[in-house]
Amino acid sequence: MKNEWPLWEVFIRGQHGLAHRHVGSLHAPDAEVALKSARDVYTRRNEGLSIWVVKAEDITASSPSEKGPLFDPSQDKVYRHPTFFPMPEELKGL
Amino acid sequence: MSDDTLNKALFEFLCRMGDNTLVLGHRVSEWCGHAPVLEEDIALANMSLDLIGQTQLWLGLAGELEGAGRSADDLAYLRDAFDFRNLLLVELPNGDFGKTLMRQFLFDGFQSLILTELTRSSNERVKEIALKVKKEVTYHLERSSDLVVRLGDGNEESHRRMQQALNELWPYVGEMFIDEPEDKLLSEAAIAPLPSSLKARWETLMRPYFAQAKLNVPDEGYAHKGGKHGTHSEHLGFILAEMQFLQRAYPGSTW
Repeated sequence: MKNEWPLWEVFIRGQHGLAHRHVGSLHAPDAEVALKSARDVYTRRNEGLSIWVVKAEDITASSPSEKGPLFDPSQDKVYRHPTFFPMPEELKGL
Repeated sequence: MSDDTLNKALFEFLCRMGDNTLVLGHRVSEWCGHAPVLEEDIALANMSLDLIGQTQLWLGLAGELEGAGRSADDLAYLRDAFDFRNLLLVELPNGDFGKTLMRQFLFDGFQSLILTELTRSSNERVKEIALKVKKEVTYHLERSSDLVVRLGDGNEESHRRMQQALNELWPYVGEMFIDEPEDKLLSEAAIAPLPSSLKARWETLMRPYFAQAKLNVPDEGYAHKGGKHGTHSEHLGFILAEMQFLQRAYPGSTW
């Protein structure tokens, strides 16, 4: 539909979250309205402390068909994985 | 002035506050499932719930103060139209989406100003409620003003509809600022402001939005009134018939 509002992706940082997480999308005529709609659609149950909205068309995404070349090579290089270190107990939120 | 007279005045005032939010909340809830887009549908339903929540506070306090054992529910569901104290503006039919938003905007502006005053009320309970609901209403005004500006300054059709909405609703604005005898008593006791004292501030608050929305503000003109002491349009009866049906047909039922 030509007259439809652009699509926005919504990211919310929750009560205990350290980073914004993608929660969904919505349609809105501009960024400010998108922010308000995001508040109404995605934070009704006290989920959020901060909201980001990004125009979906501004996101450049990797293609699913490239999955192999992009990610497979890291699977057999365990020495790159940070699993050999015990985590200090004081470290929260990771 | 006796405490009794002041209490009665405060009861009237609390009913005005509570009935405004109750009737407007009901009107806005009529959009549920019908709004032009999903996002607005949810936003309107949220706002409607906010308004009903505010009603519980105002009418709850009214019932307590009256001391006749009536709860907020009793006041909402078991009074007749002539006992309702809401502004005529809030009982008007929704019209199109633009008209609903315009009505909301006109009301939100008034509500945010009166609540600001009530956060300084000499009555602790009134002050407490005002502090609690002020945030919600600030958001309502942000939202309704945003949309009024966007639609007013949108395309030709949205502009035409918003201007028409403003013209049609304008004669219902004046009632907000009429001082009733109770208002004078409450103002002397520093419990609530005189409505007339909010008028200039309302204009200052609203005019920039109207200008941004490229809408012409109609001349002062005739103001419909009567809601504040129970003389309503025929619309309120239909609202109550729907809203009160269940409690009237099945008294005391809960679910």
